Amino acid sequence: MFGKDTTDLKANYSFLFMWRHFKKICLYILKRFLILFITVTIGVYLTILVANMGGAVDEIREGQIRESVSMAVARDPEFQELSSDERQGITAQRVELERERLGLDRPFIVRSFMYLRTALTLDLGRAETLRSDSGSARVRNIMLERLLPTLVLFGLADIILFTVAVVAALFLSRRYGSKLDRAVVALAPTSAAPSWFYGIFLMLIFASFLGFLPFGGMVESPPPDTHLQYFLSLARHIILPLSAIILSAVFLAIYSWRTFFLIYSREDYVEMAKAKGLPSFSIDLRYILRPTLPTIVTNFALMLISMWMGAIVLETIFNWPGLGRLLFRAINQYDTPVIIGSVVVYAYLLALTVFLLDIVYSLLDPRIRVGEGTENA
Amino acid sequence: MPDQIKAAIQEIKNYPSAIFGICIILSLFSLAVYSVIAIPYQDAITLWRADVGIWDRTPRNARPAWFNWVPGVNLPQNISSSSQSPQAKKEITDLGNGMSRIVIELPFRFDYDGFPKEITLFFDAEYTETRPWVSLVWHTPDGREIDIVEQSIREQERLRISQMEDLRENLFGYRPLIGLFMKPESEPPDVKKGEYKLTVDGLVFEEDAQLDVDIVVYGQLYGAAGTDHRRRSLAVALMWGTPIALAFAFLAAVGSTLTTMFIAAVGVWFGGIIDATIQRITEVNMILPALPIMIMVGILYSRSIWVMLAIIIILGIFSAGIKTYRAVFLQVKEAPYIEAARAYGAGNLRILIKYMIPKVLPMLVPQFVVLIPSFVFLEATLAILGLGDPLLPTWGKVLNDAHQQDALLSGQYYWVLLPAFLLITTGFGFAMVGFALDRIFNPRLKSY
Repeated sequence: MFGKDTTDLKANYSFLFMWRHFKKICLYILKRFLILFITVTIGVYLTILVANMGGAVDEIREGQIRESVSMAVARDPEFQELSSDERQGITAQRVELERERLGLDRPFIVRSFMYLRTALTLDLGRAETLRSDSGSARVRNIMLERLLPTLVLFGLADIILFTVAVVAALFLSRRYGSKLDRAVVALAPTSAAPSWFYGIFLMLIFASFLGFLPFGGMVESPPPDTHLQYFLSLARHIILPLSAIILSAVFLAIYSWRTFFLIYSREDYVEMAKAKGLPSFSIDLRYILRPTLPTIVTNFALMLISMWMGAIVLETIFNWPGLGRLLFRAINQYDTPVIIGSVVVYAYLLALTVFLLDIVYSLLDPRIRVGEGTENA
Repeated sequence: MPDQIKAAIQEIKNYPSAIFGICIILSLFSLAVYSVIAIPYQDAITLWRADVGIWDRTPRNARPAWFNWVPGVNLPQNISSSSQSPQAKKEITDLGNGMSRIVIELPFRFDYDGFPKEITLFFDAEYTETRPWVSLVWHTPDGREIDIVEQSIREQERLRISQMEDLRENLFGYRPLIGLFMKPESEPPDVKKGEYKLTVDGLVFEEDAQLDVDIVVYGQLYGAAGTDHRRRSLAVALMWGTPIALAFAFLAAVGSTLTTMFIAAVGVWFGGIIDATIQRITEVNMILPALPIMIMVGILYSRSIWVMLAIIIILGIFSAGIKTYRAVFLQVKEAPYIEAARAYGAGNLRILIKYMIPKVLPMLVPQFVVLIPSFVFLEATLAILGLGDPLLPTWGKVLNDAHQQDALLSGQYYWVLLPAFLLITTGFGFAMVGFALDRIFNPRLKSY
């Protein structure tokens, strides 16, 4: 957005220079990607350790084996004649064989790494009771189907939140002490409540009391036929959850960024720019926003991470068919494979947030382009 | 240190919002203390578990009693009258052969604009073989007498008069609940106010047989906070939710901030591999999704609020806060007084605990206060997900019940609004104080 850094030299535009920058940025991004991948692997491994302390993962696998084996034995005409005791003996034998084949008899350390691979690829087998809309019971299919609605809702909320908060913060930092400014400062504590909490109130007012907007869901049921109608229905349904997310974070963001801008607007070089007679708009952009942007983006990313957590309840309350509601349903039905899968997917989402932040950061922070270390910044 | 705190207390007086916040916190604290004293821990659990017999005499889904404070609203409260109370009349006449006749009159006033929710008789009969025989007559204020039923009763018989549909023909075709209380011929049914009376004419067939009866006319309003779908008084949960929320949030905030700070100090002081390891663990921890992990533990192991607390603290140790503290400790480490301490031969632990941490502790105070609301809401979040503590009544569990019973759809707003009000008040109280403290302890923010 503010890519053209005019404080840099004109040489900035020379092709060679840009190429060198590009290479450095790519290297940095690659490095961060690797680090994050290792981090996610460790995180998922820890999750598996926690999950299997009570043997939950083992149980999932054993249950799957037992079910398929006993089905096979029951179906096999060869065993129809045998008594049930004999048949059970055969089943037990086969389960044992299968356990050996899949390595369930090996020590936990070895098994845990096997689980790590299945978890990282989300190959968690079949859900116990939950099904995807297309009828699949594979955990991966169920999860992937739910990812898009979550990304639509939260992606949109994030973009709106960031834009609104930055613009409002800049605006208020110029009107320090005005009534509006004081009102925002007073409203900042509202962010103590999570988004689902505001969701309840918005639902109470707009759906229950006034009846303007639907209680929940993503589109009407049955879904409209044309694209336009589908979009309009989606828009009507997204208003309340979207407002709830924004409402729960916006005032704190405006307040803290405004304070940050105020501190920076006292710097000498800003005074200097003012003295030069630059219009306040370009002072805001070049001298206040530009140097503070990396910090603000970091702050924003931390906010996003906490928002992902709120998603679970918000989606449940608004019946939004995303990952959060899936997790909620999995909890109610004790569908362990889906629960563990959700933890992994959320870990991926958090890592993705951090990764996107790294990319934005590399574009914003000149030190990365020039090649200085950022670790000790 | 004490000087700093004294100065902070002086300064906090300049922030009206902080004073307001402190008032909120203090009143919540007194409510918490009162609740713990008024309803002992074990009682709270038993009450909320709603064992058989505890909540028989409270209405289902009743609104709070203060609804009647609204001008023009006069909804029925819960009314009960017992044959053992002084208002009731109980006459026993011996009929010989061990038989006796027991006539009980249960009078009560009904002065409300609405109809009650249910009417139930609770009998308490003592006999060895032959059940007592009773006939019930309903007396309205305008002198009509309505025969309700004649039947034999068991020891703890319950007669749900409101469900006796065959009474309709004597009650202008209305359900007993309405028909028993309406003015005759009024359309739509209007309440006849005044003195009602139920007479129980009983025959007992044994020498020392006893007969007692209570009538409960369930109101549309009950208690300070209404009742839920299992007839439990919400006041119990809302009161007991306060100490739980405060204790949970306080312990979580203390546990996670103090440990984080200590770890950051250790990392900075020892440097090298220890510091690097701490930093890497922090990065891994940032990616661990805390709430899903708590959910996983809740499903697989235990839902106890204290287990959740332990997880919060464990996941909170290596939180993003380490980076902030680290930056501050890096400066503190270079301070001359640390060098002086080293020169006189102070050990590592001594320097950490006596010199480094106290220097940064004030920074912790506002953060700590700001963190509390987030933990109060975290408990509610877990409860809404159905992972509330299995025993204790909490605000979140009330919200969860309300959500599961579709309270908003059916217009039982009080059920959602009361716990929500307590949650937001707590959140606001701590946040307001925390924001003011933040400005006091972080001089850079002070002037803004």
